[in-house]
Amino acid sequence: MTVETASRVIKQHLIDPEICIRCNTCEETCPIDAITHDSNNYVVDAGICNSCMACVPPCPTGAIDNWLRVLSSDAYSVDEQFGWNELPAEQELPAETEEGAAADAAPQADAPAAQAGEDAAADLEGVPSTAAGASVPPWSAAHPYVNLYTHKNIATATVAGNYRLTDESTDNAIHHIVLDFGTLPFPVLEGQSIAIFPPGNDASGRPYHARQYSIASPRDGERPSYNNLSLTVKRVTSDYDGKPVKGVCSNYLCDLQKGDTVQVIGPFGNTFLMPNLPHSNLVMICTGTGSAPMRAMTERCRRLSKDKAFNGKLMLFFGARTERELPYFGPLMKLPKDFIDINLALSRASDQPKRYVQDLIRERASDVLALLDDSNTCIYVCGLKGMEAGVLDALKDVVGQAGRQWPEVHAQLKSQGRLHFETY
Amino acid sequence: MSGINYTEKIPNNVNLSGDRTLQRALEHWQPNYLQWWQDMGPEASQNMDVYLRTAVSVQPDGWAHFDYVKMPDYRWGIFLAPQDGQRKVHFGEHMGEDVWQEAPGEHRANLRRIIVTQGDTEPASVEQQRHLGLTAPSLYDLRNLFQVNVEEGRHLWAMVYLLHRYFGRDGREEADALLQRNSGSEDSPRILGAFNEKTPDWLAFYMFTYFTDRDGKFQLSALAESNFDPLARTTKFMLTEEAHHMFVGESGVSRVLQRTAQVMNELKTEDPAALRAAGVIDLPTIQRYLNFHYSVTIDLFGADQSSNAAIFYSSGLKGRYEESKRTDDHLLKDDTYKILDVQNGQLREIEVPMLNALNEVLRDDFIKDSMAGVGRWNKVLEKNGIAFRLQVPHKAFNRKIGTLAGIRVAPDGTVLSEDQWKAHENEWLPTPEDRAFVASLMGRVVEPGKFANWIAPPVMGINRQPIDFQYVRFN
Repeated sequence: MTVETASRVIKQHLIDPEICIRCNTCEETCPIDAITHDSNNYVVDAGICNSCMACVPPCPTGAIDNWLRVLSSDAYSVDEQFGWNELPAEQELPAETEEGAAADAAPQADAPAAQAGEDAAADLEGVPSTAAGASVPPWSAAHPYVNLYTHKNIATATVAGNYRLTDESTDNAIHHIVLDFGTLPFPVLEGQSIAIFPPGNDASGRPYHARQYSIASPRDGERPSYNNLSLTVKRVTSDYDGKPVKGVCSNYLCDLQKGDTVQVIGPFGNTFLMPNLPHSNLVMICTGTGSAPMRAMTERCRRLSKDKAFNGKLMLFFGARTERELPYFGPLMKLPKDFIDINLALSRASDQPKRYVQDLIRERASDVLALLDDSNTCIYVCGLKGMEAGVLDALKDVVGQAGRQWPEVHAQLKSQGRLHFETY
Repeated sequence: MSGINYTEKIPNNVNLSGDRTLQRALEHWQPNYLQWWQDMGPEASQNMDVYLRTAVSVQPDGWAHFDYVKMPDYRWGIFLAPQDGQRKVHFGEHMGEDVWQEAPGEHRANLRRIIVTQGDTEPASVEQQRHLGLTAPSLYDLRNLFQVNVEEGRHLWAMVYLLHRYFGRDGREEADALLQRNSGSEDSPRILGAFNEKTPDWLAFYMFTYFTDRDGKFQLSALAESNFDPLARTTKFMLTEEAHHMFVGESGVSRVLQRTAQVMNELKTEDPAALRAAGVIDLPTIQRYLNFHYSVTIDLFGADQSSNAAIFYSSGLKGRYEESKRTDDHLLKDDTYKILDVQNGQLREIEVPMLNALNEVLRDDFIKDSMAGVGRWNKVLEKNGIAFRLQVPHKAFNRKIGTLAGIRVAPDGTVLSEDQWKAHENEWLPTPEDRAFVASLMGRVVEPGKFANWIAPPVMGINRQPIDFQYVRFN
């Protein structure tokens, strides 16, 4: 999750076109393919580079070692850089902007590779980018481990199970895949994600990028006290426009057999984390496979409540086309009503009008507002990017109906780490 | 020498200490190598402390090791890029099969020949450049020369490792012979022509590292695609070092141009005689050096039609530049390629089977890459408001190998009679007077931060050190 509250000052990594000899060493070295070239220049994609410094020592010229202070919103695009004959001068920056984390990361020669933080995930598909959510976790959240395994140090997991969650009669195949790490340390928290390398090369002969998936199981394992975790993967058969496209990684994952091994990096994510208090409340809003982190958090709370270690409120808004396409529908419905307040929004149920999660949020306005006003409540949104605006509008209406100002409430939720988005 | 701990002496990632046979072979070869370095390596440099980059691992952070080293103590390591265990043959008749971890019997002779030819160029260039240290234009340049030299030495080690490890007694004999041939020797010259030419001055050195080391880049890139995995992994790592050599060449020429342009503007003249009198190298002379090194280097790619090239490709010994980034069928059986031919004394394009033209394919890739850098040199002139532009000559100019060897062609591609060639040769290739003039400028500059009059300082130092850093200590 790359979360930006406002435009920050970053040190953008750039290559000096006047010194560079176009030897390709940096592009070859970069572990996350942040460097590319055209017939004119070699350039660094600011959206991908995580300042890991791997490219700096092998550069024969020193051209690689340039860091220009820019506003994150004004970072030079790859296309702009292609056109350069020389580096631009540093622009004057507005005084009130805060120094971003990336600024510390850049220029030390011995800077460690692990400072990537969440930006390391920025080359991964499925990484959300929204300014709507918090950039900090709830204060009580457990401390996450991130980037234990990277492109240079890939973990291997074994498939312990692969089940189809959605009804065979729907063309929407969502799989529940359990990965076991054996004796390899791979500590995770609910809300974190991992990334998986599909085998093979893309059309231009390069190995595929890793694809990122939210973890669907709690921190103590899909099976309690086992070193495993689960993923919720939808088999992609068409693109956003409905054109038939076979998703490389999702099809690979959905076809895995028990005993197969997969290449994994991560964990990623240090803000979309649950509070760690017995009386905290969770409002969870999701669609489709966005249910993965919600399942992880719900299951965490369920296990804790068995030991009387959790007594907060859970409220779930869950959208899908039909009931048959709801992942985890069966187990979800078996959960006690006094443990979780479930609101299903079905957009294509045959006997009902279309309903979306934002409609349900508005219907439940008074209950949602009561939770919002409790400082022990955190809100989590996960699903397709398109749902972001709708959910924000609905929350705005809920707050507005009570005669309150959404911008103030919104700012407070963000600063307290209580509103989190993960959309893709 | 048996007391040496080779694991310490030779940093490696090939488990050297676990292979007794190989260790013994290298124990036998290493003293001969050091003797060769003493006899044929950089002249009068053995006791200098040089600020060198030493690779101690193949990981990016293994590159950052800069320190003062006496060159005979340089740790010539053996490094192969990591084995990924999943690499498959991706071109030629064996496509889809596992890559080879040993040299298959039927390809042994060809593989050995490829490795020996590549290996022979490495010590050759050290020999060609051995006198240059005496006339270095600065400590910075002296250090860069030595860095190039030790890395060519390491590349020799890399090839010798392959010969010793995979080719038995034949390989050991070839490894010995690599130290016995000498650049320019009448009795036992180096295998390839360009590596028997002199590198008499620093302009020639920059041109050599720009053009001829770029040939190295393209050959290594083609070998990095090989089915023979140890060769592919070795050359992949060598490419990272080759980049430094091309940097020395590209920035070297660029700095010469910068200085000449500066003096042209100060004196407001384009007159070569006036510029020579001012102690800088006039642009037409630089163009003639370029013509020479470019044409000699493109000969290195071999005959434009070659059945060997076809065999090397089809059997998977040597791929094309960036083979894995190309989108054709990687078999090329039905493909054709346009090459130049001479008919009735005129040049014309003919279409031939691509498999037989793979030398030409690699040469054309090289030409494209070379021209891009020449374009960057011209930007230096443009920035200084100078109208002159450097150009690479026509592909058929001054060729000694292949179909184009028999004809005389002007830099613009016009086919000439012998008389016409004779009348203009002095305008196109460096004359003895040109070389004598450039040689007259070569005086040693050893004060940190000072540069000879004919060359501009670099824009930045090595490894973030200042330009006036003591890159070499003479002791």
